[in-house]
Amino acid sequence: MAQEVLTNTGESIAVPDGLAGVASDWSADKEAFGVPWGKAMMWIFLVSDTFIFASFLTGYMTVRMSTTVPWPNTSEVFALTIAGQHIPLVLIAIMTFVLITSSGTMAMAVNFGYRGDRKKTAMLMMATAVLGAMFVSMQAFEWTKLILEGVRPWGNPFGAAQFGSTFFMITGFHGLHVSVGVIYLSIVAFKVWRGDYARKGNYQIVEITGLYWHFVDLVWIFIFALFYLW
Amino acid sequence: MEHIAIADQVHELHHPKSWFTTYIWSQDHKVIAVQYTITAVSVGLVALGMSLLMRLQLGFPDTFSFIAPYEYYQYVTMHGMIMVIYLLTALFLGGFGNYLIPLMLGARDMVFPYLNMLSFWVYLLAVIVLMASFFIPGGPTGAGWTLYPPQAILAGTPGADGGIFLMLVSLAIFIIAFTMGGLNYVVTVLQARTRGMTLMRMPLTIWAIFTATVLGLLAFPALFVSAVMMSLDMKLGTSFFMPAILSMGETLDHDGGSPILFQHLFWFFGHPEVYIVALPAFGLVSDVLSCHARKSIFGYRMMVWAILAIGGISFVVWAHHMYVSGMNPYFGFFFATTTLIIAIPTAIKVYNWVLTLWRGNIHLTVPMLFAIAFIFTFIHGGLTGLFLGNVIVDVPLSDTYFVVAHFHMVMGVSPVLVVFAALYHWFPKITGKMFNKTLGMIHFWLTFLGTYAIYLPMHYLGFLGVPRRYYALGSTDFIPESAQTLNAGITVAALIVGTAQLVFIVNMIWSMSKGKKAGSNPWGATTLEWQTPDTPPKHGNWGPTLPVVHRWAYDYSVPGAKRDFIPQNEPEEDASASGNRD
Repeated sequence: MAQEVLTNTGESIAVPDGLAGVASDWSADKEAFGVPWGKAMMWIFLVSDTFIFASFLTGYMTVRMSTTVPWPNTSEVFALTIAGQHIPLVLIAIMTFVLITSSGTMAMAVNFGYRGDRKKTAMLMMATAVLGAMFVSMQAFEWTKLILEGVRPWGNPFGAAQFGSTFFMITGFHGLHVSVGVIYLSIVAFKVWRGDYARKGNYQIVEITGLYWHFVDLVWIFIFALFYLW
Repeated sequence: MEHIAIADQVHELHHPKSWFTTYIWSQDHKVIAVQYTITAVSVGLVALGMSLLMRLQLGFPDTFSFIAPYEYYQYVTMHGMIMVIYLLTALFLGGFGNYLIPLMLGARDMVFPYLNMLSFWVYLLAVIVLMASFFIPGGPTGAGWTLYPPQAILAGTPGADGGIFLMLVSLAIFIIAFTMGGLNYVVTVLQARTRGMTLMRMPLTIWAIFTATVLGLLAFPALFVSAVMMSLDMKLGTSFFMPAILSMGETLDHDGGSPILFQHLFWFFGHPEVYIVALPAFGLVSDVLSCHARKSIFGYRMMVWAILAIGGISFVVWAHHMYVSGMNPYFGFFFATTTLIIAIPTAIKVYNWVLTLWRGNIHLTVPMLFAIAFIFTFIHGGLTGLFLGNVIVDVPLSDTYFVVAHFHMVMGVSPVLVVFAALYHWFPKITGKMFNKTLGMIHFWLTFLGTYAIYLPMHYLGFLGVPRRYYALGSTDFIPESAQTLNAGITVAALIVGTAQLVFIVNMIWSMSKGKKAGSNPWGATTLEWQTPDTPPKHGNWGPTLPVVHRWAYDYSVPGAKRDFIPQNEPEEDASASGNRD
């Protein structure tokens, strides 16, 4: 079913569905995507950022192949002994759970934003920021533990030196993204709370922040799969 | 979610309040464009100076005691890096992109002016960091512009004390600056066009700058990552790019890294980079040729598809820079194939330029001369590219002057000729004044003939087997004495061409204040930037209402029209009406 779209002059035009709709968007004047520019800009930034993480992960895989020293067993290195139980990858599992949960609260914040619910939006965004801060704290704990065990960027007691190099570089770069995201979320949440967007009647920025946050979350899934599980 | 397109919004434009926010800390895309251009041309002059010092050494070895071997390598490296990234990339995208995108699309500014402004200031920071490396102990990097490890990391390489590290830092800063600007260019093209400006009515300049920016946003990340990893190798002792190595009798603390990984990352950036520079040149030259030949561009649609095809294929040709790196020969086969395929859309463009000229009403103005000269140099550089794209031909030629001649012809001279064409073409719009034509002609002939005098003999030197990157040839048996004579001749030509650029700079500076008033549309061009209510365009570009576009960008010499061009914003009834409106 074709959707009806109201133009600025009040006349309504039919926008076709599917591929025909894509073609009509791209052959239109004024704009190629029916979205505000901020959202388009965030999309394109994220595509660019994808290439950064893809290059990091490709670099990691290449040095893992090129090194002559065996790669450490990640499920052992990242194991914790809790209450006498030796559990592999337990901290990483909790971190992943926390980050995915934060994507859930972010999605709810976007939903309440579009309903114009100022308080719930701000609360859910703050919840997302808190979960993000938890993730970064756990990462700090993980770094501290490995550093105390003697893991350094230039070498470690478990095996190939590149293990430490790629670990600190990739999780560090991702952690930086999460930290920036926490600051970004907090600022937007504060402005939502203050009512800046309610006055304008435009909560678009909440969704744009959400795009960034979900992206950071998705990147973590790849790091988790390729670095920790492999 | 309903929203209003930018062209339909009642725009709340940022208004500068003081002289400082109007001309220095400015969010106006036109001021930012000029800032970018002046900075890029200034560093370009530094790089030009270094190339002349290199030529002095090569032409007259053992004559200039102030050029030491390590300094020669520093000139080579800094010349290459500055020309490719800090001059050409910044000038085409930051300069022309900034100036022309909003004007040609009928927008008031970029979509995010504040970010656009930061882009320039961060770029300036990158330039300052780069220039700082001249003043530290050990001097700037001399590792070759490709910065290949392990050499770039080892002690003994010129610049190992800090110059190489500053280069990596500067590149990372540049990439941040580029990303901030690039997001603006792409989103402005996609989302901020005026009423009637469909994608297929955009001038080819915009298509080319748009595609080049997309390439940049996808290719620069690989350079960023390789800069980060190399800095870590250098400063933290990691081994991403460093295999086990014995250097100056000592075993280094590195082990197990992959130097080829750096080459792959570098060229995954480096090859699209060639097109980041070439595509804007293609676009600008198309508009200049069409305007001064008073004829519509031949095959507009094919030109657009060729730009997009070149952009896409440019991501799968990178390893043709690595035939002699020791990578798997099967890769060479694949990359030779893709390299030859990319010649097809490129050839389509060249044919279309020539067919645009065919039976046109050619005005040999200064910008047109530069544009036609570009077709010559680009064909020459492109054909030698086909030689080097084949593994079997590349292997013996790879380390000779043939490669230097090839890429200077295709990536140095050709884009720079377009830069001149475009600067002369848009100078009257940017300043409101006309440049001095005689000085322009002198500049053109010295530059065009001079570049041939420099680079044609270099192809021959390459076939003789003269190796590139050498500080001096010494007594080499297989190279005839006459090669040195040729080298001296090249140096003389280079000095003349280098000096001729002063004519251009004098012309620009003099004309800016003393030139004749140009009028709003001296070339009779169709695109929107020539239809602004004020020349030079004021802040906000368009006065109270945005222009409305009724046609494509190439309505030159339309039969039945009252003038030999119809501006894009002229409605059908005005264009064909009888009587002279002028």
